[in-house]
Amino acid sequence: MLNAERAPVTGRKVQLMATCLCDAFYDDVAAATVEVLEHLGVEVVFPEGQTCCGQPAFNGGDWAASRKVVRHTVRTFAGEDPVVIPSASCAAMLFHGAVLEFEREADAAEVSALGRRTWELADFIVNGLGVKTWPGRYEARVALHRSCHSRGTETVPAAQALLGSIAGLSLVEFGEAEQCCGFGGTFAVTFPHLSSAMGELKLEHVRAVAPDEYVSPDMSCMMHLGGLAQAEGKPIRARHLAQVLRDALKGGPRS
Amino acid sequence: MPQPIDQFAARLPADKRASVYQSTKTTHEKRTRLLFDQFGDPDRLRRLAGDIKQHAIENLDTYLPQVEQRLRASGAQVHWASTGQAACEAVLRIMRDRGATRMVKAKTMVSEEIELAHFLEGHGLEAVETDLGEFIVQIDDDHPSHIVRPIIHKNRREIATSFEREGLGAYNDDPATITRRARHHLRHKYLAADVGLTGANFVSAESGRVVLVTNEGNSRFCLAATRCHIVLVGIEKIVPRDRDLAVLLNLLGRSGTAQDLTVYTEFIGGPRRVGQPDGPEEMHVIFVDNGRTEVLASDCREILRCIRCGACLNVCPIYRQASGHAYRSVYPGPVGAVLSPLLMGERFPQKADLPKASSLCGACHEVCPVNIPIPDLLLRLRARAKEENVPSPGSPPMGPWALIAAQPAAWKAALAGGRIINHLPVKLIPVPALQAWAAKRSLPEWRGGEFRKWMKARQRPSA
Ligand code: SF4
Repeated sequence: MLNAERAPVTGRKVQLMATCLCDAFYDDVAAATVEVLEHLGVEVVFPEGQTCCGQPAFNGGDWAASRKVVRHTVRTFAGEDPVVIPSASCAAMLFHGAVLEFEREADAAEVSALGRRTWELADFIVNGLGVKTWPGRYEARVALHRSCHSRGTETVPAAQALLGSIAGLSLVEFGEAEQCCGFGGTFAVTFPHLSSAMGELKLEHVRAVAPDEYVSPDMSCMMHLGGLAQAEGKPIRARHLAQVLRDALKGGPRS
Repeated sequence: MPQPIDQFAARLPADKRASVYQSTKTTHEKRTRLLFDQFGDPDRLRRLAGDIKQHAIENLDTYLPQVEQRLRASGAQVHWASTGQAACEAVLRIMRDRGATRMVKAKTMVSEEIELAHFLEGHGLEAVETDLGEFIVQIDDDHPSHIVRPIIHKNRREIATSFEREGLGAYNDDPATITRRARHHLRHKYLAADVGLTGANFVSAESGRVVLVTNEGNSRFCLAATRCHIVLVGIEKIVPRDRDLAVLLNLLGRSGTAQDLTVYTEFIGGPRRVGQPDGPEEMHVIFVDNGRTEVLASDCREILRCIRCGACLNVCPIYRQASGHAYRSVYPGPVGAVLSPLLMGERFPQKADLPKASSLCGACHEVCPVNIPIPDLLLRLRARAKEENVPSPGSPPMGPWALIAAQPAAWKAALAGGRIINHLPVKLIPVPALQAWAAKRSLPEWRGGEFRKWMKARQRPSA
């Protein structure tokens, strides 16, 4: 299974890793993450030098290149405070992938240490902070995307618990929820046919239950699925979990 | 240029894809229900099974001599074949020594791996497949496309046509008729054969028992009328003790075909003994290495735990879209994407694309009855391909990206520069990855650096 052992959370201060996708495209997701954490009384620090978790090169097999980026990340997120990431995939990269590619490196211990204090957002809220329910109101039928890199972690149960406890929000199930959407990082461009075929299948299953919103712990999958749906002229309302949590505090979905 | 598996999948006829998808989905869903209904925590069982097999493969130096001794004590003869060629020759020698010319074969993946049937035919000997699926593959001169269901890619109309062509009766695509005709045809083959060849799902080091599971009972027929039984088995099939079989057999049937237990489970303890009414008088067990010790020495050795259940194929979204032949290998799907390139030895580059044909979704790891971390192994093989400089069509180069991502100033400049995609048609931006992305998907608006501005503004009042 994943190397997902985590140190217990003691303080109320975290370092935010916004992820490269939020840095480039989805600023509102990162902002929502900050607001959600602050609502819980957590102080959020944003290390300015941050870039990316290193996953693209890791998945591409260029581990030397990936390790360069991971080393930079280890330096950028120095200290003892937990690192919270609004992405199950980037979090898994730090507590599992990076550990794998550093197995035979002299600085493996530092990488593992970062992994032990790295959390995906929902997992952090529920299992790091012990917050099991979410206040506010959100009138919507919501389908929850299972991003694949949350397998073997507590992210999906945590997200279900939080979403399921919001007044007005109903979670709807859909077919083959555990099947991959076909994003897969560079897979999406090196295997364009397979990637879009998998995406179509996912969209079919989701559309069949016609949720108001399709909510994910990862924007990467949403960029792919949302992009497919948009290009077809049948857009879906794809949102990040953090946005739903924040908007619930403000009374409901934003138009 | 998309990768070969992607091209293959794009060309796969829709009806083939639909039938592969339907039957893998059905089996996978049944498997999952069965395991979770019957076991409180099937994942614990999978981990235990994984530990048993991991222990076995890491201690082959103990268990292989032990199993040889047990087998010899029970009257079987043991042969060691370091290569596929050596294994084929061992079979040939055994047959020649007996003056045998006809073999009936049960389904064994290792015989596919070493292409035994073709080898024997090349030497003028007959080797008839008796598993219905493998029989159809053989008469069609095709290749299996699934390790448990070799003809998952064929429909009954194609099969009926093949039967008609082979003179097995006028066209009739009723499955019961097809089965009856195959049985009738094969019955004569069983009776005429001199040698029966089977694989082995497990061999117990403790007792030397050879364990075989089938659903059609053909392996029993292979041994019913023949005098000589040859077992062809990979060296990784050893389990330490008989009681380990309780764990492994419980998982194999459920994981592979969503059955509590396969219809036939045979425990073969050696050739016929004095006083036993029937069974082959001679038994040979050929242990095949064919690259396995090299795999064992590599950082992907966990793949040798595999019990060939096919669950990872059934759940795999890529396999479901591409079907087995896309993998150009005896072992397709997630297990094949790891094992097939490894078994190539020095010719690894020829199949170095297989480990890339994965979104790394991890579904295979989640279902594997011996808990093989397949995605980790795929990643290690990708790293190996990169180290060996195997070209990878369509893969964006990561060096320049890493340079930028390791320097905050460069990163910020890139965040600002990326805005160009908001203003230029994608077609005019000469980045192949971007083009491939945009062929079917629209791009979101580039908002590089916006969050950083927001965060700064927010922090200022308190600073
Ligand atoms: S790798 Fe695991 S799931 Fe796949 S065939 Fe082997 S045992 Fe079954």
